[in-house]
Amino acid sequence: MKEQPANTATEANSRKMLTTMVGIGTICALLIVLSFQGTLPRIEQLKSEALEKAIFRVVPGMEAKKTFQLENGQLKEVTGKVKDAKLVYAGYDKEGKLVGLAIEASSMGFADVIKVIYGYDPHREKVVGFYVLESKETPGLGDLIEKDPAFLANFDSLDVALSEDKTSVKNPIITVKNGQKKNAYEVDGITGATISSRAIGKAFNTSTNEMLPLLFKNKALFEEKPKQ
Amino acid sequence: MSIQTNNKVNDGFFAKLASSPSTDEYIKGLWRENPVFVQVLGMCPTLAVSNTAMNGMAMGIATTFVLLMSNILIASLRNVIPKEVRIASYLLIIATFVTMTDYAIQAISVELSKALGAFIALIVVNCQILGRAEAFASKNTVWKSIMDALGMGSGFILALLCLGTVRELLGSGSIFGIPVFPDSFQEWVIMILPPGGFFTLAMWLMIFNARKQRKETS
Repeated sequence: MKEQPANTATEANSRKMLTTMVGIGTICALLIVLSFQGTLPRIEQLKSEALEKAIFRVVPGMEAKKTFQLENGQLKEVTGKVKDAKLVYAGYDKEGKLVGLAIEASSMGFADVIKVIYGYDPHREKVVGFYVLESKETPGLGDLIEKDPAFLANFDSLDVALSEDKTSVKNPIITVKNGQKKNAYEVDGITGATISSRAIGKAFNTSTNEMLPLLFKNKALFEEKPKQ
Repeated sequence: MSIQTNNKVNDGFFAKLASSPSTDEYIKGLWRENPVFVQVLGMCPTLAVSNTAMNGMAMGIATTFVLLMSNILIASLRNVIPKEVRIASYLLIIATFVTMTDYAIQAISVELSKALGAFIALIVVNCQILGRAEAFASKNTVWKSIMDALGMGSGFILALLCLGTVRELLGSGSIFGIPVFPDSFQEWVIMILPPGGFFTLAMWLMIFNARKQRKETS
């Protein structure tokens, strides 16, 4: 029975290790939960403020907003907060006339998924505004998609007219090499940000083809003035 | 290791300032054992986030906060934590404060959390923080550990500011977002890309080492 004292010693030691780790773990968990709960309302507020600002930015002349949720190919108006849903925002001017729709789109860029929001004018069938919501593109090169004035000018008036049968966009949006833009549906790319500017073209291409025919079908929904 | 070098009074100007031991603890991190320029620790955030002065400063402050809080907790628990599980305990404590910092930054500004992005989470594995926990906080009193964390943190902020200012000035033609050059200035895009980080760091290290050498020969 020589080994017994040694065994009890290791046992006591293990118990001490375990209690310390569990103790520290509990303190840490408590701290994390507290700071998460403490900052959550403010983080959500900041995020929705940023989104709100972006919506008003991409639809020029917009004064009031209505939110619509897309569910199983159907649009319906929603109020208050909706989580993890595909949303379309309708913008109205002072008289309650529809001036445009803001739509979110995304596609894979050079570093990570780029999330953008764009404004669509259903009367002229044109993209009228564009803003990058989230991007991790290379500073100085890829992030020119957010800053380059010549690139941003593409989205002041980008042609997205629907085809005859209204089921797709007549001329799908495509990014061309810098300086080779000839048609109103082409996006003039950026030299040095080829992949990022192509990704933006792709985001537009997919999103307009999917959303615009749907919005056309539901256009009666948007004509109604927002209550105020 | 740090205590031994403390006693050597080898840096004229700052050593004169260090009259009390706790001030010395602070000055040591800021200057004599500067984490970036002398110890060359924590290079990942140093190179990655120093593309503008603002980003550098925000990263420096975030790291200092984590360093301070983890040093306090580790120093106060230094007699409780068994040495077999000390690294695991330190990492747990550091990770907790990093997570808290991440939430705090998201709550402060969307722009800032956009810019610092993934690098905040990487403070967990910043070897400088674990290094201070192991080499200092686990052996010293809470008060000394606070001074040590503040000193090392200020040294880190100083270093990131040095790098960030140079890189932003040359790469974007501005300091803290304020343009300083006329429009005709052609930005050196490479300075805000990763290679620019290496160039700038090398330049600063050269200045520091030249200074050290001159001191040794004289």
